[in-house]
Amino acid sequence: MDWHLLISQMLNGLQLGLLLFLLAAGLTLILGIMDFINLSHGSFYMIGAFFCASLMAITESLIFSIVFAVIGVFAVGALVERFIVRRLYKNDHLDHVLVTFGLILVFDTLAHMIWGSAGRVIPLSDALNGQIEFGGFVIPAYRLLIIVAGLTVAVGLYFLVTRSRLGMLIRAGASNRSMVSALGVNIDRLYLVIFAIGAALAGFAGMLIAPITEASIGMGNEIIIVAFVVVIVGGLGSIKGAFYSAILIGFIDTLGRSYLDDLLKLFISNQSAETAAPALSAMMIYLLMAVVLAFKPQGLFPPGGLNK
Amino acid sequence: MTKNRQLLAATLVAATLASMPATGFADSVKIGFVTTLTTPASVIGEDMQNAVNLAVEHLGGKMAGKDIEIIFEDDGFKPEIGKQKTDKLVKKDDVDFVAGFIWSHVLLASSKTVLDSGKFLISSNAGPSHLAGAGCHANFFSTSWQNDQTPMAMGEVLNTQGVKSLYVMAPNYAAGKNMVAGVERTFKGEIVGKDLTKWGKDKQLDFSAELAKAKASGADGLFIFYPGSAGGAFIKQYQQAGLRDSLPLYSVFTVDSLSLPKFQAANIEGVLGSSSTMFWAPDLDNAANHKFVSDFKAKHGRYPSFYAAQSYDTIMLINSALQATGGNLEDQDALRAAMEKANYDSVRGRYSYGNNHLPVQNFYLRKVVADADGNWTTSIVSTIYENHQDTYASECAL
Amino acid sequence: MFSRFKFITARVYLGFTLLLFMVPIVTSVTGQDFYLDLLTRVLILAIAALSLNLMVGFSGMISLGHAAFIGIGAYCVGIPAYYDIHNGFVHLGLAMVCSAVFALITGAICLRTRGLYFIMITLAFAQMLYFTFVSLDEYGADDGLVIYKRSEFAGLLNIENATTLYYTVLAVLLIFFVLLHRLVQARYGRVIIGSKHNEQRMQALGYNTYKYKLVCYVISGTMAGVAGFFLGNFTNYISPEMMDWTHSSELLFMIVIGGTGGVFSPIIGAAVFLLLEEFLSGITIFWHLIFGLILIAMVLFGKGGVHGLLLRWDEKVTNGAGQ
Repeated sequence: MDWHLLISQMLNGLQLGLLLFLLAAGLTLILGIMDFINLSHGSFYMIGAFFCASLMAITESLIFSIVFAVIGVFAVGALVERFIVRRLYKNDHLDHVLVTFGLILVFDTLAHMIWGSAGRVIPLSDALNGQIEFGGFVIPAYRLLIIVAGLTVAVGLYFLVTRSRLGMLIRAGASNRSMVSALGVNIDRLYLVIFAIGAALAGFAGMLIAPITEASIGMGNEIIIVAFVVVIVGGLGSIKGAFYSAILIGFIDTLGRSYLDDLLKLFISNQSAETAAPALSAMMIYLLMAVVLAFKPQGLFPPGGLNK
Repeated sequence: MTKNRQLLAATLVAATLASMPATGFADSVKIGFVTTLTTPASVIGEDMQNAVNLAVEHLGGKMAGKDIEIIFEDDGFKPEIGKQKTDKLVKKDDVDFVAGFIWSHVLLASSKTVLDSGKFLISSNAGPSHLAGAGCHANFFSTSWQNDQTPMAMGEVLNTQGVKSLYVMAPNYAAGKNMVAGVERTFKGEIVGKDLTKWGKDKQLDFSAELAKAKASGADGLFIFYPGSAGGAFIKQYQQAGLRDSLPLYSVFTVDSLSLPKFQAANIEGVLGSSSTMFWAPDLDNAANHKFVSDFKAKHGRYPSFYAAQSYDTIMLINSALQATGGNLEDQDALRAAMEKANYDSVRGRYSYGNNHLPVQNFYLRKVVADADGNWTTSIVSTIYENHQDTYASECAL
Repeated sequence: MFSRFKFITARVYLGFTLLLFMVPIVTSVTGQDFYLDLLTRVLILAIAALSLNLMVGFSGMISLGHAAFIGIGAYCVGIPAYYDIHNGFVHLGLAMVCSAVFALITGAICLRTRGLYFIMITLAFAQMLYFTFVSLDEYGADDGLVIYKRSEFAGLLNIENATTLYYTVLAVLLIFFVLLHRLVQARYGRVIIGSKHNEQRMQALGYNTYKYKLVCYVISGTMAGVAGFFLGNFTNYISPEMMDWTHSSELLFMIVIGGTGGVFSPIIGAAVFLLLEEFLSGITIFWHLIFGLILIAMVLFGKGGVHGLLLRWDEKVTNGAGQ
């Protein structure tokens, strides 16, 4: 066993998990509190990346670009909630699925029209493009930044949910929706803010990954399905559940990709192990979700009393 | 009677549908061009489209006195859509040639429609082994290559550069597997590790896990095939992982004129000096290529990609056939015989056609360099293969 | 069988059916083979939409994995054809059995959940099947398989002929329509519809709603498998992409455009969806923008789809007559 390899794979898993968490956090709140299925949540991930890339081209400051891009995505999220999503809370899930699928088409095409097909790069400084070494152990600097940024936001979100008035309303909403309205809270505004925060978090995730992959059309459409798996496994409306299950799925996916073929080679021929491993590692998270749904239909960490 | 009225309505609707666009005149040559114009892969399709338009411009909009009419169709990066669009070109637009096709699976799905209808099919990129070998067809031509050839050339490069152990990465789909098979066929050293990553709609763009494995394997070199945007993502992560000195990069169809400007913008210096093989390069020295590259650069502000070069050649090949028949589109045998001669000035220089109608051509080693203006491009280092024919030609019954 | 419908709705549907019968005649006279192909595709996807509507419209189960059954049906043509087995009865039989078995197994698990969880678990199973076929190198993996020869029915039917294929699909579609229409009218249908609105009440009445729903799921899956059988034959090409969840949501759109309330309406929905797609994609490469906006508008403002519109029209006429 190569320990260096294992540790760097764990860091990769953690990084993927944190990105998934940023996506799933908004998704789980929107699902848990508003009972709204948003397939187009991944579009905010894409919009965030493009906003950041465009701002970066003008300002050449990563921090500045990220701050303003997050505000931009928050605004887009608020607009989408105000003019489209708000009309749909009373409709059934079928309408949610269809309208947000339509929104994916709209956002992807708009991105193509505005930013062109080539995708946009977010250049990094030499320091961020380089590596950091500790204890004979080398990891890409930017990966470390993603992990630190992801963990910071996760901690911030934890305090927001557990310590603030907004957080109290969010927790109340996730476990008992009618109670919140009974408290005389402006539900419309609460929903708008939650939706926009969720969008901003997704956009932030897109900004973090874009310097690695680049901002491209439809970049969020695939990862959003995985984020849904995270939400289901973690339990609807539970930020804590989303965090743990995102990390879990990040690890399963990364470790599966790196070790599954070696594992399979113990049982089947090299040739078939090499082709079966990628498919099987792609399938594992869905298998996990099916198993969780079969035995714990409410997810691993359902919101409620336990979710402090 | 309501029923009668409805029947009448039915006939009217059908008649309107039928009379819709029956465009085109007898004195024009119609070419259907299927490529990818939506999704991130459309960056390739647009490059091909630009090259086709440049070729038409260079021909003055006419082939042997006939007006050139090009109908571009978007396959949306999906074989099923590609096939639908090909059906439309064949059955509705009644084109004379169907060309284009970036992706092997789109070409395979669409080929039956074109060939069954007795029209000519010209691949401007995809080179699946089936159509080169057992499935070859009298009316199928290619202006590109067979998938295996370029990585086979790379295998030879690795041998001469003394690479003893190699780590291999490619996407898990037919072309990816062909590339891996190609390099394995000629590379004499040991393959110490291999990763086939998830491809298709849900393709993998984060290669951190695989790069960590490659680094741990201690290989002398890293062979990759990542076309399109995945290539950009890969190279960036290769740079960020700091592998430039310890694990030299050898790529096919990954570092091209579409990705290099972006690497330069993103400061990815790790790609400079990296090796790739190809049948063509922007600095290949011949008159047709000079004209093509300089006019393309003047129009679009950057170098054309190899996709563009092949698409430009596609139009020139069709032109050569029409010139030979004096613009006669009816005489299929004469057209075919003319195309088999490849009697035109290709941007890759003169080449010939094998029995399977795939080019028998040179392959070169290229390195990434900065040109006189400081723009990053690929430049030819040496010739690896001269007049190389693909290995599947022997399986072709033609 | 149209007696249950009021006048206009029945007439429009009947007129539409007659129109469908006319299509090959018109296209052969005008020589527009392309439109015959387009309408064959409409009919095939109409079968799939019709089957999905049994779940969505009548039992309230929203599946995002219905395209998996289409994929199964198509592979039941492609894989035997790969081994030079071209017998259509074998293909069709396999398609029905395989999709029914897949429906039975996944349905037994999926139906333990409801609402959002049901949507996600059907999606999960479709994704798993998708990745399974992606890994099957022998059958082309991601690249799919070309079907060089369509299914042969021992000289009884030659579906290589476009017109024959069209009428065969149309006949199957109408047979399925009649079957579903009867099913919904029967006691079975009333239990299913009843449990959509109030499952506990139906259980209290002594019905095992789980079993009823499972039967519904299997019927629906099998019919979609037949649609897949035709789609594989029609396109002469199959790939895992056919099972993608976006195709499942397209089927949902067809249902909603047609209107979930009727048995016949998904057929109209499929026609509207595919003709709109064909029309818009010919205009600009940015057609998805217009298409997306139209789809959103249809859901937001087109209450009850085409079916709902017709029923409202009927109501107006009847009320007008009553005054």
